[in-house]
Amino acid sequence: MTLTDASASSSAPAQRKLSTAKAMVEAIAQEMERDEDVFVLGEDVGAYGGIFSSTTGLLEKFGPRRVLDTPISETAFIGAAIGAAVEGMRPVVELMFVDFFGVCMDQIYNHMAKIHFESGGNVTVPMVLTAAVGGGYSDGAQHSQCLWGTFAHLPGMKVVAPSNPADAKGLMTAAIRDDNPVVYLFHKGVMGLPWMAKNRRSVGPVPEGEHLVPIGKANVVRPGSDVTVVTLSLSVHHALDVAEELAQQGVDCEVVDLRSVVPLDTETILESVGRTGRLLVVDEDYLSFGVSGEIIARVAERDPGLLRAPAARVAVPDVPIPYARPLEYAVLPTPDRIRRAVLGLVGA
Amino acid sequence: MEPDDRLALYRTMVLIRTYEESILREYHADKKPAFDIGAGLIPGEMHLAAGQEPVAAGVCAHLTADDAVTATHRPHHFAIAHGVDLERMTAEIFGRVDGLGRGRGGHMHLFDPATHFSCSGIIAEGYPPAVGQALAFQRRGTDRVAVAVTGEGAANQGAFHEALNLAALWKLPVVFVVEDNDWGISVPRSASTCVTSNALRAGGYGIPGERVEDNSVEAVHAAAGTAIKRARAGEGPSLIEVHTLRLWGHFEGDAQGYRSDLEGVPGRDPLPTYEKQLRAAGVLHDSGDITVASIAAQARDRVEAAIEFAKRSPEPDPATALDHVFARA
Repeated sequence: MTLTDASASSSAPAQRKLSTAKAMVEAIAQEMERDEDVFVLGEDVGAYGGIFSSTTGLLEKFGPRRVLDTPISETAFIGAAIGAAVEGMRPVVELMFVDFFGVCMDQIYNHMAKIHFESGGNVTVPMVLTAAVGGGYSDGAQHSQCLWGTFAHLPGMKVVAPSNPADAKGLMTAAIRDDNPVVYLFHKGVMGLPWMAKNRRSVGPVPEGEHLVPIGKANVVRPGSDVTVVTLSLSVHHALDVAEELAQQGVDCEVVDLRSVVPLDTETILESVGRTGRLLVVDEDYLSFGVSGEIIARVAERDPGLLRAPAARVAVPDVPIPYARPLEYAVLPTPDRIRRAVLGLVGA
Repeated sequence: MEPDDRLALYRTMVLIRTYEESILREYHADKKPAFDIGAGLIPGEMHLAAGQEPVAAGVCAHLTADDAVTATHRPHHFAIAHGVDLERMTAEIFGRVDGLGRGRGGHMHLFDPATHFSCSGIIAEGYPPAVGQALAFQRRGTDRVAVAVTGEGAANQGAFHEALNLAALWKLPVVFVVEDNDWGISVPRSASTCVTSNALRAGGYGIPGERVEDNSVEAVHAAAGTAIKRARAGEGPSLIEVHTLRLWGHFEGDAQGYRSDLEGVPGRDPLPTYEKQLRAAGVLHDSGDITVASIAAQARDRVEAAIEFAKRSPEPDPATALDHVFARA
């Protein structure tokens, strides 16, 4: 696996390499230059540049009128983003850690996600809600969740989760231009942060100019013939690492990066399972009632005959994320758990 | 106030009251003998605002369709006073295809982009979006304002306080309106709120707060005028609390067994009070071009036309139930 392969989404020639965080910021900056109605608000998005570097440099470039530090009042400032979006602006609003959604969920799911429907399509809410997700660094049960399944379960918002720098830019550009509310969930472990164990693909080639990744289109990041591994965000990299390793043992994994949870690219999943006959879903969100169950249900509904073996899943086993390192790694979808699941599927 | 302005306030109040009385009739007519909340021409819950007309009429007299209003689960008086299309609003309440939301919203979820009107069934949660609308107005260098309405019970919600702080911090053109009708469903204000006036809470955020005590439309008009002028001038938000009156139940079908003040309520009805006042001042007459009867008749005609429009409008096709979850990208 090379760096270029990890971002197979980028069709344009891309020599220059950026971290995921910088790619995300570049997309926001380019859209702010293109469209005066795009602005950024949230906690510590200004001088600090975002706790996870998701807005670094924007204040210097665009000033405090377009990059607004907010009080710690998620209900007020996410609600304000909704009001501004209803008036035709295109806010990008950061909810720092996704785990904080409880203090502002009414604005998110009763307002942001429902206004377009309740208005019979007469009002649009073109905004992006960003939040950091994921664990692996002992930040405990209130700062390590993914929760994309929670947002995906509630209709009315699109939900995306990039795994690499090029997709981070392309999905952000698409999210800002989308006329719907888009929840953009970035995993701390793919951002390329200097203060966190870095995934080697968290720095990669990113197209310089306009770059869009369509929301709702999954990416087959590694073709293979024996097992389809469907996953997203940081787990894509674990799956790719396992695939490389197992290739040497003669097991050929196809890895599908969902990129978007809503809409979900069912066709790409079905095509892949049609080729391999075996399905493993890897999800850093909770096991029950989530993305993994949904994907397996869609395959079973459409054509259970595609499966030569019962589908399998590796997810967080319905427990809050523990603090102590050995406990946390016992529940996260680690490469070791993924490897064992793949080998179980092929009967090795 | 000029006689024409007083007449305009009166007309708005009459239109609202006529509307609420008609909706009340339509709502109950087809639910007899048994009250079945999901049955009939108007299904679901129904919250009517009779008695609270002075708040909507007094505030909205200062607004144009370019200004925004976020109202509560009891929204009709503000929608009417702000100029929301009466026919399409009524069709929405009847759950018809010509409704403001094509039958997706219902009476607690009215959205009218033409007048920047919206409402929400969740207590206090219309405050933050109004702050965002005001932010958009400020950013675009306009003198437009946003008005956010809650009941007095909602002043204990976090959204209320977060919105006041943010609007004060950013000096946004918002006017926060609190309708104190003394009741949060069945709980009296004395059992829910530690301060006698929510206008005092404005001081906690460094913004002006004024309480209008007597449900007088002209007093509301004066207080709102000051607040809206201040907002338009870029001087930031204000809060107005109006001690108003819920003439009927929290929702239609509410027997109000919990309510001890019912006996004196009809006597405090603001509509006959204002009518009397205008007659005494020689603004309203029983003869001439504009009379009490002609204003009432005009209101009846408009409301009847709206209800007829709603009844003529078809119910939405079930095949479209999944439409409008997402806009096209």
